[in-house]
Amino acid sequence: MSKSFTRFTGTMAPLPIQNVDTDQIIPASYLKVTDRSGLSSGLFSRWRYRDGDPEGEPISDFVLNRAEHGEARILLAGDNFGCGSSREHAPWALVGYGFRAVISTSFADIFRSNALKNGLLVVPVTEDVSAALFDAVTADPATEVTIDLEARTLSLPGGGETNFEVDPFARRCLLDGTDQLGYLLNQAPAIQAFEAANAARLDTRSD
Amino acid sequence: MSRPRTLFEKIWRRHLVTAEAEGLPATLYVDLHLVHEVTSPQAFTELAERGLPVRRPDLTLATMDHSTPTDPSIDDARLRVLDPEGSAQLDRLLANCEQHGIPLYAMGDERRGIVHVIGPELGATQPGMTVVCGDSHTSTHGAVGALAFGIGTSEVGHVLATQCLLQHRPKTYEVRVDGRLQEGVVAKDIILAVIARLGIGGGTGHVFEYTGEAIRALDMEGRMTVCNMSIEGGARAGLIAPDDVTFAYLEGRPMAPSGDAWEAALDDWRSLPTDKGAAYDRTTTLDGSALEPMVTYGTNPGMAIPIAGAVPEDDAIEPEKRASFHKALDYMALEPGERLQGKPIDVVFVGSCTNSRYSDLLAAANVLRGRKVADGLRVLIVPGSDAVKRQAERDGLAQVFVDAGAEWREAGCSMCLAMNGDQLAPGQYAVSTSNRNFEGRQGAGGRTFLASPLTAAASAITGRVTDVREVLS
Repeated sequence: MSKSFTRFTGTMAPLPIQNVDTDQIIPASYLKVTDRSGLSSGLFSRWRYRDGDPEGEPISDFVLNRAEHGEARILLAGDNFGCGSSREHAPWALVGYGFRAVISTSFADIFRSNALKNGLLVVPVTEDVSAALFDAVTADPATEVTIDLEARTLSLPGGGETNFEVDPFARRCLLDGTDQLGYLLNQAPAIQAFEAANAARLDTRSD
Repeated sequence: MSRPRTLFEKIWRRHLVTAEAEGLPATLYVDLHLVHEVTSPQAFTELAERGLPVRRPDLTLATMDHSTPTDPSIDDARLRVLDPEGSAQLDRLLANCEQHGIPLYAMGDERRGIVHVIGPELGATQPGMTVVCGDSHTSTHGAVGALAFGIGTSEVGHVLATQCLLQHRPKTYEVRVDGRLQEGVVAKDIILAVIARLGIGGGTGHVFEYTGEAIRALDMEGRMTVCNMSIEGGARAGLIAPDDVTFAYLEGRPMAPSGDAWEAALDDWRSLPTDKGAAYDRTTTLDGSALEPMVTYGTNPGMAIPIAGAVPEDDAIEPEKRASFHKALDYMALEPGERLQGKPIDVVFVGSCTNSRYSDLLAAANVLRGRKVADGLRVLIVPGSDAVKRQAERDGLAQVFVDAGAEWREAGCSMCLAMNGDQLAPGQYAVSTSNRNFEGRQGAGGRTFLASPLTAAASAITGRVTDVREVLS
């Protein structure tokens, strides 16, 4: 269920790596759960802990282990974030850790869809804006930005703001808490009409 | 007469319950929903919490594949001890399917296998259908001319409850592969070359349609290999127009139409291919006759080179990508400019939804027949389904593998994602026929070279990354 999201101000955790795949966000060994909770310790575990073991020694230079980024709730990532596996455990782990948004120059399709269904905002920015944000957070880890979903704007560290694209329906769902499954269930008459007009060619129970 | 349309467009339009409108996604009807143990439990919980039934159990099919053991000596009782979490997940799927009347191919069922192997094998995935599964390699089913794509667990819940998905229409991308493949070059090499060309985000927001002489010349299982890795190029789906090869493959399969229904289906399916003059949003063309066996060197499937080539030098990499390039090479313990051919390896894995079908095993067996795997090398051959396993045993392929010194396993996803105990040890190198060489994908610290079943089998003989053409000549 999405929690509502309107405006959020916070610091950023910089992860200047391209093509971060969902196997890195949450390794397959964490996929044996049957609920959505308890995944935050597995978040980036292979980069975050020696031997990938949350009980083990933290890798001190990984961004989530650096004290100056401990409070960051916005992940600033490289291009094509969330590629690979469709596992929704990836946004569950990011949200479980406390992240509210990910900023990148692009996102993989399935990750984007999964994130927005879990109240994790994906904020696509241009290469110039991305570079400026990485520069700003490198110079001063306490740099804050404000993401305004209503206005679809991201404030820039040097002043000013930039607009970002977000799927209008996902935005509406995040702003007013519209439940996507509820929205689909309300289409039952149209679904029924479609089924009446289009006979199924298959019965999986027939074999 | 209506304007020319692409294959994608025709399937999309047929499945619109409601079309896209200002600010609202389309509601798309799903003809077949495939389910497995890893990405479904939370979706069933959602239904339970809302007191919702499964709308169409007759359009839903479940199997166990991701966390199932492939070691024949591990029975149910041993699994409970070895892997209580995985075992509990399998139990949960069993209970959910029983409660909702969903057909499930559980452990021991002779129809069981990797979800993307059994769908086509049973004739359940058919041209013109929409097919979804909580698994990114659902793109595989596009090989029969179905619009098939992976979804998240929230969406698994949506489909269970309504048989529909909220979707925005993706763009279309024609990937044309002309010419005839050289000896030793196969479907896996095509798709690795495509991804190397387009980049792993190159297809984001698009559906691929593979066209051209080299694609037409592939058999159905080769087409599945190509479509399977569409997602590694960023495209959620990849399609190949159905043709006589498709129809010959499907005819007589258990869930395919028969009798008059078969004839009616054929008439319909013949209307699906992209019309002459239809426009794609993007197009790219590769010369299939120039392709060579491909192998990956890095930590994503786009980092691939011809097997006789070398890891790129720094100056071939765009400056802003060099940090990620070096991170990948550090992980793989490789240097810029290094050649992969001859690199010693520890493991060969033949399996996964990319390359575990009968023709894949046959290709590997033909290389291994009468030969031995290299000393100290571990070689795992994991069939994609129980049916593939039985056929390979009947036809003597299994014996070829065993005689060569390889391990012959039970069907499942196995070392592709290493959820079931089949995994690389830290630092080990593997030549794998699977689809992802991400860091740790095949086991923490494991290093993967993706390649074709031919390359894998040739490398099994030498214990090194090997060009199959040298073994065959």
